[in-house]
Amino acid sequence: MQYWHFSETAYPYLPPEETINSVRVTLPNGVIDPARAADLWDRYLAEWQVADECGLNVMINEHHATATCMDPAAPVIAGILGRITKDARILILGNPVANRKDPVRVAEEMALVDLLSHGRLEVGFVRGVPYEVSAVNSKPVMMSERMWEAIELIQKAWTTHDGPFSWEGRFFQQRHVNIWPRPLQQPAPPVWVTAMTPGSAARIADDNYVIASFLTGYEGTRKVFEAYRDRVAETGRPTPADDRFAYAALTYTGDTDEEGLEGARKLMWYVKANKVPFEFVQPPGYTPYFARAAGLRGERSAYDFKSLTLEDLIEEGIVFAGSPSTVRGQIEKFYEKVGGFGHLLLMGQAGFLEHDETVRGIRTFAEHVRPRLDDLFTAHPVAV
Amino acid sequence: MLSLVDSGSGTVVGTVRGENVLLDVYRTGSGPTLLLLHGAEGREADEAFTDALAERFTVVAPSHPGFGLSPRPDWCDSVDDLAYLYLEWLEQQDLHDVVVVGLQFGGWVAAEMAVRECSRIGRLVLVDPVGIKVGGREDRDITDVFAISRAELDSRNYADPAAGPGDLALAPHEDVLHIARNEEALALYGWEPYLHNPRLRRWLGRVHVPALVIWGAQDGIVSPEYGRAYADSIPGARFELVEGAGHRAQIEQPDTLAELVVEHAA
Repeated sequence: MQYWHFSETAYPYLPPEETINSVRVTLPNGVIDPARAADLWDRYLAEWQVADECGLNVMINEHHATATCMDPAAPVIAGILGRITKDARILILGNPVANRKDPVRVAEEMALVDLLSHGRLEVGFVRGVPYEVSAVNSKPVMMSERMWEAIELIQKAWTTHDGPFSWEGRFFQQRHVNIWPRPLQQPAPPVWVTAMTPGSAARIADDNYVIASFLTGYEGTRKVFEAYRDRVAETGRPTPADDRFAYAALTYTGDTDEEGLEGARKLMWYVKANKVPFEFVQPPGYTPYFARAAGLRGERSAYDFKSLTLEDLIEEGIVFAGSPSTVRGQIEKFYEKVGGFGHLLLMGQAGFLEHDETVRGIRTFAEHVRPRLDDLFTAHPVAV
Repeated sequence: MLSLVDSGSGTVVGTVRGENVLLDVYRTGSGPTLLLLHGAEGREADEAFTDALAERFTVVAPSHPGFGLSPRPDWCDSVDDLAYLYLEWLEQQDLHDVVVVGLQFGGWVAAEMAVRECSRIGRLVLVDPVGIKVGGREDRDITDVFAISRAELDSRNYADPAAGPGDLALAPHEDVLHIARNEEALALYGWEPYLHNPRLRRWLGRVHVPALVIWGAQDGIVSPEYGRAYADSIPGARFELVEGAGHRAQIEQPDTLAELVVEHAA
């Protein structure tokens, strides 16, 4: 099992919720105190350094026009991490390629970060969250098709070394693709793709990419991983190793259960402070029209965690929290229920979880949870 | 889910690369042929207007690919495709002097047809059409319908918001499925550039048939000034402002609009 410390790098100092319409897309950036934002970035980077020192890997992501994530340019932060961490693998999960107009630029950015980090980069691709189609003016219809064309173009850009090729696809057109530099890892950096539903798994399995699921709990995750395994079996390939499966959960480990739960309560800012109106949560085309119709009629979305308590979230396998032995037990249980997985993405910082609390959570996990789990699960090297 | 039309219930409106394009086509009335191109409200929501027109015309009202109960072939993803498809259809049926009435998004489709080929069109009527760029680069000519609440959408689409679908939790399921499917199609065809073709306005001078541009005086999606600019761009076009109507003027003032169409077609 590989462990990855992740913070979404929020700017949590927001006006009272009842006074704003949305924390995404429309919240004016005048809310930000730039000096405070700079200080936050110093501490978030320091937390990734702590994770590296503790022997954990690091993970970052990218979002746009939102107080929940101050990183609209993941490659920039990945490049920094490439220089201020020593051993950690650096995962971007991910590049929102259905929303990026120029996949060749993404291929170039990733190649550069791979060099800067001396081959420690893991490249995740995501379709992009629904809120962001307005912020980045990305058509919410046919996003999955667009994402896959972008991934294919990026792969070809990384692995073509005999001069320019042209690409005249449905969504992207390029005359002379010949990226300089090229990645350090050969033939290309490892690729991850996220999937929140079983329907997305087959295409990821076909390319043998790592499949990553976020906050989907025991049931949702089991179905997604099963769809991947089924597809591999259907296509006559050997059973995929655990290192093809990743899961992200809010995680806080304390010395005691009480301390662990207290930390997790603060992490819940991530799910509770996500006030966004329907028109940005479910833009037309992002989900099948009949699913959106249910939303229009006021039915609750499966990813609306607002009404759930911490206890509910732990019960569903969306939060791992408590003392080291409690957290170990929760992760073991999760491993059993989903049929095994090899990467745990630890959302170990959110909202008002302060620096010292975050660091304590990372260290306690690394010192008291990880060694025991390593005894249980083979510590797979990251596939390159 | 909605049951889309199939080869038994649909109408073949064209053949593209050997594949038939099937649409849900509603026909009613008698008299000269009138092609009615709906907007985001969907063909079903224009019933009163369609009935009023049917007293004087043979109304042919297709649901565009992806809207209502019409399937959408995968290749069909632009307003250009819709314009060519309907021009092809008029040709296949060997129709002449067709009155083409385009409503909002359908007005854009009608305008794209007319700049390409007017030989089978007798009269053109555009009702609160989108499709052109009028203001400067920082002027939002067309309200972003994908970024506002349902209540605001109703208040902008209708002079009297009560004319709209209202609280969708209380609306018939079938209607909500139609709304969701129609909005998805609107996003597909009109996301970027947003509900317009930057090149369309410069070619509107090619519309060589008598044109009438009708505008709801309380249109909160696209202003009457935009409508006047639209009419000014089409040689000899007449502009009519209709009181007591918002963006979807045909829903709130169906009889007034039908009379204007009859008068224009005379």
